[in-house]
Amino acid sequence: MAEMHNDSLASLSRKLAAGETTSITLTKAFLERIERFDPKVKAFLRVEKEDALAQAADADKRRAAGEKKPLLGIPVAVKDNIVIEDRITTCASKILENFRAPYSATVVKKLREGGAVLIGKTNMDEFAMGSSTENSAFFTTRNPWDIGAVPGGSSGGSAAAVAAGFSPASLGSDTGGSIRQPASLCGVVGLKPTYGRISRFGLVAFASSLDQIGPFTRTVEDAAIMMNLLAGHDPLDSTSVDMPVPDYTEALKNDVKGMVIGLPKEYLVGGIDPAVEAVIKTAAERLAAAGARIEEISLPHTEYAISVYYVIATAEASSNLARYDGVRYGHRSKESQDLAAMYVNSRSEGFGPEVKRRIMLGTYTLSSGYYDAYYLKAQKARTLILNDFREAFKKCSVILTPTAPTPAFTIGEKADNPLQMYLSDIFTISANLAGIPGISVPGGFAPNGRPIGVQFMAAHFDEETLFTAAAAYERLRDAAVGSTFPKLG
Amino acid sequence: MKYEPVIGLEVHSQLNTKSKIFCGCSTEFGAAPNAQTCPICLGMPGVLPVLNTEVVAKSIRAALALNCTVSEVSRWARKNYFYPDLPKGYQISQYEQPLAVNGHIDIMVNGQHKRIRIHRIHMEEDAGKNIHGENLGDPAHSYVDLNRTGVPLIEIVSEADMRSSEEAKAYLEKLHSILRYTGVSDCNMEEGSFRADANVSVRPFGQEKFGTKAEVKNVNSFRFIQKAIDYEIERQSDLIDDGGRVIQETRLWDSVKNVTVSMRSKEEANDYRYFPDPDLVPLRVSEAWKNEVAATLPELPDAKIARFQKEYGIPEYDAVQMAEDQQVAHYFEAVVKMGSDPKSATNWIMTDVLRILKERQLEVEQCPVTAAMLHGMLELIKNGTISGKLAKDVFAGMEQTGKDAKTVVAEKGLVQISDTGELEKIVDGVIAANPGNVAEYKSGKVKLMGFFVGQVMQASKGKANPALVNKILKEKLG
Repeated sequence: MAEMHNDSLASLSRKLAAGETTSITLTKAFLERIERFDPKVKAFLRVEKEDALAQAADADKRRAAGEKKPLLGIPVAVKDNIVIEDRITTCASKILENFRAPYSATVVKKLREGGAVLIGKTNMDEFAMGSSTENSAFFTTRNPWDIGAVPGGSSGGSAAAVAAGFSPASLGSDTGGSIRQPASLCGVVGLKPTYGRISRFGLVAFASSLDQIGPFTRTVEDAAIMMNLLAGHDPLDSTSVDMPVPDYTEALKNDVKGMVIGLPKEYLVGGIDPAVEAVIKTAAERLAAAGARIEEISLPHTEYAISVYYVIATAEASSNLARYDGVRYGHRSKESQDLAAMYVNSRSEGFGPEVKRRIMLGTYTLSSGYYDAYYLKAQKARTLILNDFREAFKKCSVILTPTAPTPAFTIGEKADNPLQMYLSDIFTISANLAGIPGISVPGGFAPNGRPIGVQFMAAHFDEETLFTAAAAYERLRDAAVGSTFPKLG
Repeated sequence: MKYEPVIGLEVHSQLNTKSKIFCGCSTEFGAAPNAQTCPICLGMPGVLPVLNTEVVAKSIRAALALNCTVSEVSRWARKNYFYPDLPKGYQISQYEQPLAVNGHIDIMVNGQHKRIRIHRIHMEEDAGKNIHGENLGDPAHSYVDLNRTGVPLIEIVSEADMRSSEEAKAYLEKLHSILRYTGVSDCNMEEGSFRADANVSVRPFGQEKFGTKAEVKNVNSFRFIQKAIDYEIERQSDLIDDGGRVIQETRLWDSVKNVTVSMRSKEEANDYRYFPDPDLVPLRVSEAWKNEVAATLPELPDAKIARFQKEYGIPEYDAVQMAEDQQVAHYFEAVVKMGSDPKSATNWIMTDVLRILKERQLEVEQCPVTAAMLHGMLELIKNGTISGKLAKDVFAGMEQTGKDAKTVVAEKGLVQISDTGELEKIVDGVIAANPGNVAEYKSGKVKLMGFFVGQVMQASKGKANPALVNKILKEKLG
C-alpha cells in the first residue's frame, strides 16, 4: 500500500470491497503518514488515533457482516467547526479551547452510518473567518505543495489534509469560499453544495444564511460519492430542503458536448494573476474542443458582492457568536468583579483579532439608525446578485470562473491587511450570496509550482450538471497533463 | 383631574403546549433546575431551532378569538442582548412581520361599552431565570435555571386606547377571559403565564398629541395593575404640575411600597439590533389552516353575553358575570337547564357561588355546591319549603357538608312553617305581648306592620312563611 495516500476514495473503496485491503490497514497507513508529515503540514488540531482504529475495526466487522457502502472503512477528516459527540470542538478559538460537544452534527451521524472512519479534526481560521488559516488561535497550517505558502482558508486544514494524503476525503464549510478557495490553493477538489442541500445542524454557525458544509476530495467522482451520503433533508435544520437526492455519480458519465458554458466578463478583469488567467483560458479551450459552447455572459452586480458579503456575514456573525459569553461553557475570565466585566473580559480574552473585527462590524451595521443603510441595503443588493445568476442560467448550464484571483500566497503576506485578504474570496462569494453550488477543480500550476483551481457554478440544486462539467474538465486535464501530487519528503 | 391618562398594554401569555417552541423539551412548571433542557435550548454551538407547529396553531387560535387578521406570511427575528438567562445571546421573536395584526376587544366600564384595539400579536420564546445566591445558600454565586428557556409565549400589544386604570383592568380581565376560553394558555399569574406591562402617559384634556410615556413592568395581578397605573398617572401629573417633565423610561412596580421605581438607565439604552433570523424560514399560514382553527373555536364571551340576555332574559350585568369564566357559564346554564329561574340562578351564583370560589381559590368545577345542588335549593324556595332567608342557611349547610338542599333542610329542621294553625298561634302570642303597639297600629300607624312581622319571624326562629305571616297579621289586626 505504498502509494495508497494518493489513491482516490473510489479506488480505495473498490479495494476494500474486493478484499485487497482492510479498513484497519488503511487507517493505520494514513495515521502513520499523519504522524510522519503532519508536524510539517499542521493540518490537524487533534488526531483521534485510538478512536479511529476502533472505528476501522468496526467497519471491517460491518463489511464481514455483509455491509457494502462506498464509505465503509474510509478515513475522513472533519473541520473543527463540525461537532462530534463527546469530542472537543474548538473552531480554532481559545474561547472553545476545552469545549466538548454534547451531541453530533447530522453530517457526522451520516458519515458514521456510512461507515466512514473519523480520524481527526482539522485546523481552520478561527470561527471560519479568514482565507489563509493564519487566523487559527493555535497554529498556521502549511500548504503541502509549498511549506512556505498558506493552504487558503478557512478550511485550510481539511484542504491540506487531502492534498498531503492524510485522508482521501474531508469535510469543510464554505461561507464565502472557505471550501473552494483552499481547494484551489491546495490542488484538490472542493465542493460547496446548494444552500439547503446538506444539513447545517451541528456546524458551528458563522453566517447562517451563507454557511454550507461540503467535501474535499482528490477527484470529482469522490466528491459525488461524498454528496450521495451527505445530501438530503434534515428535520433538525429548517433551512435544509426536502428534495430527492439523485445518484450523483450517474452525472459523471455525461459529456459536455453541446453544453453551454458561460464565462462572466466581470470575472476576467484586472487584478488576476496571469497564471490564473492562463489556466482559465486553457480550460475554456479544452472544453470547447470537447464540444461545449463557451459564451461570454454578464453578472452585472458582481462588483458589489464583497461589500454585500461583509455586511451580511458580519451582521449574522455578531449575533451567532453572542452565545460565547463564558456563562455556560467555553472560556470564562477569572478577573471579573461583575457581570458586565465577565462578558467583556471573557470575550476579549477568548476571541482573536479577526473575529473581534467582524463582531464589531456586524454589531455596527445592525445598530438602530444604521440598519437600513447597511443590512437592509445589502439584502437588496443580494437579491440583485441572485437575479444576475437566474438570468445567466437562462443562457448557460454552468459558469466557468477562476476560483481564486491568485495561487497560494506566502505565509504572512496578507496577514496584516484584512482588505487584501478579503479579496481572496472575490470569485467565490457570489455563489454563497446566491445560494448556488460551486466546485473548484485543480487546473494547473503557477510558475512557482503552486496549484491553481478552476471553478464551476450551476443553478440551485443542479449539482448534477455541475458534476458533469467538472468531471468532463477533469478528464480533459488528465488527458493533457495528468495528475501530480505534492512531495512531502 | 387636570390630565387625561393614555394607557396601552403589552401582555405576555405563555402557551400551554407540551413541548418548547424550538425543541422537544417539556414545558411543565416546577421541575428541578435545568432538568428540562437540551443542546438546542441551551444554545450549544451548532444547534438550530425547529418550529413547533402546535405553537403556531395555538397562536392563530388566540389571534382569531381576538378578532385579529392573521398574516399570510410572518417572519422570525432575533432580538439581541446579553443576559445569563438568555443562552444564545438573542431571543427568537417576531418583529417586522408579526403573526397577526388589527384586532380588538370590547369592554364595559361603569355600564359604558368601549372597543380597545389590538395593534399586533407575535410569538416568541421565553428566557430562563437567574437565581441569586442569597436564595440558594451561596451569596458569592448566581445560578441560572434554563427550564423556562424556549417556552412559547404570545405577546399581545394593544393600541393606546385606554383612558383610565379601570379600562385597563377591564381590558386585562376580558383578555384573560378570552384566552382561557380558547384554551391556549392557563393564564396563571402566579406562575407567570400571564404578565402585563403598561405604557402610561398623561396629556392635558383636549390635546391630541400623546405625552411622554413610562413603561411599567412587573405587574402580576389585576389589582396591582390598577394601582400601578393610578400611581403612575398621579406621579406624572404631579411632575408636570411642579414644572417638571416626564422622561421616557422603564419603571418597576413595587407591590410592597405601592410605588413605581425607575429601572437602571442602561436598560433604557438597549439597542436590540433586530434582524430576520436566518435559521428559520418565513412562516406561512394558509387560508385552510386558519379555517381549520376557526372551526374549533368555542363560543366566546361576547357571543355568550348576548345569547344569555336574549335566551334567558337576564340583565347585561348578570350576563357579563356569568360569561367571564367559561366554566361558570357552563354551571349557570346547567342550573337553568334543570328548570331553575335564570334570574334566581344568577343572583345566587353572583353572590354565593363566586364568593366561595374566590374565598377558597377554587375553580367552579371544584365548588362544593354543584349546579344540581343549587337547582335543588332553588326548587325548595319555589315550592315554599324554605324562605329566601332560610335558603342562606341551607346554602351554607350545603357548602359545609356537601349534602344536597333537601338533606340539609331535613337535618337542620329548616322547613318553613306554612301551617296556618301553627302560625296563628305565634301571631296571637305576639299580639298579646305588644298591646301598646297594637293600639298604635289600630290608630293608623300602619308602618308598625314590619315590627309585627319581625317579631313573628323571631319567635319562629326564621322559619315562618313570610307571605302567610303578613296575611294572618293583617286579618288579626283588622
